[in-house]
Amino acid sequence: MKTFKLASVSALGLAAATSMAGTAQAEDLTLCWAAWDPANALVELSKEFEAQSGHTMNFEFIPWPNFADRMLNELNSGGNLCDLLIGDSQWIGGGAENGHYVKLNDFFDAEGISMDDFAPATVYAYSTWPKGTPNYYALPAMGDANGWFYRKDWFTDPDIMAAFKEATGRDLAEPKTQKELLETAQFFQEREIDGKTVYGASIFTERGSEGITMGVTSALYPWGFKYENTPGSYDMEGAVNSPEAVEALEFYKEFYQTATPPGYTNSYMGESLDAFKSGQVAMAMNWFAFFPGLYADPATGGDKIDFFVNPPQNQAGSTLGGQGISVVSYSDKQDAALEYIKWFANPDVQAKWWELGGYSAHNSVLNDPGFKDSAPFAGDFLEAMGAVQDFWQEPAYAELLLAMQKRVHDYVVADQGTAQEALDKLIEDWTEVFEDEGKL
Amino acid sequence: MTDTPAARAAQATPPNVARKIKGLSDRAIAWIFVGPTIFLLLAINIFPLIWTIRLSFTNFKANRINREPEWVGLRNYERILTDSDIWLNMQATAHFLFWTIFFQVLIGFTLAYLINKKFKGNDLWTTIIVLPMMLSPAVVGNFWKFLYQPQIGLFNYIVAFFTGKDPSSFEMLGSVDLAPWSIVIVDTWMWTPFVMLICLAGLRSIPDYIYEAAEVDRASKLRQFFTITIPMVLPFLMLAVLFRGIENFKMFDLVVQLTGGGPGSTTELTSINLKREAFEKWRTGYASAYAIILFVTVFGLASIYVKALNKVKER
Repeated sequence: MKTFKLASVSALGLAAATSMAGTAQAEDLTLCWAAWDPANALVELSKEFEAQSGHTMNFEFIPWPNFADRMLNELNSGGNLCDLLIGDSQWIGGGAENGHYVKLNDFFDAEGISMDDFAPATVYAYSTWPKGTPNYYALPAMGDANGWFYRKDWFTDPDIMAAFKEATGRDLAEPKTQKELLETAQFFQEREIDGKTVYGASIFTERGSEGITMGVTSALYPWGFKYENTPGSYDMEGAVNSPEAVEALEFYKEFYQTATPPGYTNSYMGESLDAFKSGQVAMAMNWFAFFPGLYADPATGGDKIDFFVNPPQNQAGSTLGGQGISVVSYSDKQDAALEYIKWFANPDVQAKWWELGGYSAHNSVLNDPGFKDSAPFAGDFLEAMGAVQDFWQEPAYAELLLAMQKRVHDYVVADQGTAQEALDKLIEDWTEVFEDEGKL
Repeated sequence: MTDTPAARAAQATPPNVARKIKGLSDRAIAWIFVGPTIFLLLAINIFPLIWTIRLSFTNFKANRINREPEWVGLRNYERILTDSDIWLNMQATAHFLFWTIFFQVLIGFTLAYLINKKFKGNDLWTTIIVLPMMLSPAVVGNFWKFLYQPQIGLFNYIVAFFTGKDPSSFEMLGSVDLAPWSIVIVDTWMWTPFVMLICLAGLRSIPDYIYEAAEVDRASKLRQFFTITIPMVLPFLMLAVLFRGIENFKMFDLVVQLTGGGPGSTTELTSINLKREAFEKWRTGYASAYAIILFVTVFGLASIYVKALNKVKER
């Protein structure tokens, strides 16, 4: 790891020095992203860019619950607050079709940046529109997926292990299936540990933005959920409401009702972290992006924590997070912004990005022999990225997302109707959206 | 020249201005004065209203500027009025409106009646009672969220103390049955002082000699209350109901902070739903039709109410 770091840093200087040659006038660039741990790492990383290019980097970080609202408003109004935007993967369709993002193909060709150097799943999800075509509107910036972390100290406690064995007939270990995950969480639910009542797991149930959809899809994908029968057909009947999808949704509701702390009816990333750090839960779901910070936490990190990939059920499947970095078409500093992307695409910068806590999607980092052992969650991250699925990335993604937020929250949290009805209604909502879009 | 205000104003007018307006009719001068106001009114209120009405007949989306909007006639209105989910939002709004106004009037008037009595520390109590309405709704929403927290929330512990229930056995914000009441409680806590102040103004406007005359006539306290206090405070109370009704019809921030419209859509008031349609889903045409329907509803109800209020004042 040390060699890996030294090599990265020294090569970084050399590479950056050559890549920055010929820089024109110094500009004040603004990069917009969500306010979270990796954003702080990016500030640190970008100091190198400032030193080498002479440009000044400013950052506009918006808290996650308001991120989409704030940034999409900015883009839709043609605002030039952001020169660079690390936008959510689902925005790529709208960003491309509405002309918010600069198409990067010519720039990549001119600068010798190849998308083959990045993990295929991230290129597909973060950069291309229409999906899978070689039309690039972003450079994969931050690979991410929804994963799990747990109290390793509790999982290795002999008394707890014995009680678990007695209760379930199997050894207490990282769950290998979704059903094992639920069983493990139910075991911890309302259990007394160190004189305190603890609960099974914290899962996503947030209503306002995207929370519960991201949580529910973490159950739907392992059950084999598909958005369409045939990709690109928008033929959803029988796919979105398949028996497997219904079973997965019922599973998530059971999880919510039987294995989560009371009061977590509107919880997302922050609440999940709080529940875990305050010692309330044995396990929690959250994005890999938070894992470096969790591991470094003095109270619940280190040898008290471990991580696992979202368990499979009928198949492997994780909900995709992460983002690509795009140049905003309304920026009047596009040359300097492209310069930043060129610098960021450099393998050595990517290596440093991973060291600082960002999740590089560059093959040189991910395929490095030392990568898997470079952090306790690195192997899980690789595994997760091999089986990720993303939500619709259509230009009308916000309508599609809010419809799903409503339908699944109505069913899971508000306990209204059945899973079948929720998914049937979801198809009705989505059909209406695609009809309005002229795609059906 | 006589020393009237008009004469003084004429004398104070600079000669060059006086020369320019010389020969203008009173009507023309009046137009010069009201013109800017009318222009602003047209630009800020009337034009957007007309534009919204126009958009409500299209499928325009503000985030799809490149796409030519299509004329869809009454389709948006038809969709809204036949959407069962929107009717549920309307019901949630009606529940919130009715119960907040009911409790605020009841408690607000009672508090005003008590505060109106002369006692030591009267002013201090008035100040303490009006504190909640001075707070930001976002702050109130956030701290009540903590108070309602099932594991550590003070509210749950107080209820548990009186009922013997386990504090974490019920969720004010997470339960479909309790969440609509949780937002009613918070809004009542925050805005009852406002109703109290209006009622207090009404109570203090009643001349003492009316009560003295009633005393002479040997009217009981109860009789005085129902035949003097209530009728004379009624216009003030009705005004408070009008203000709170309009405010709560457009309630957004407090409820978003507390429940985000959940659980499910239980507390998704029409304003929250409208905001989602307009600025999250970007269905501008649809949201315009929705806004027009709400506008007509509020405007219609408020007009009827104001007529009733005027009749009460005339009595």
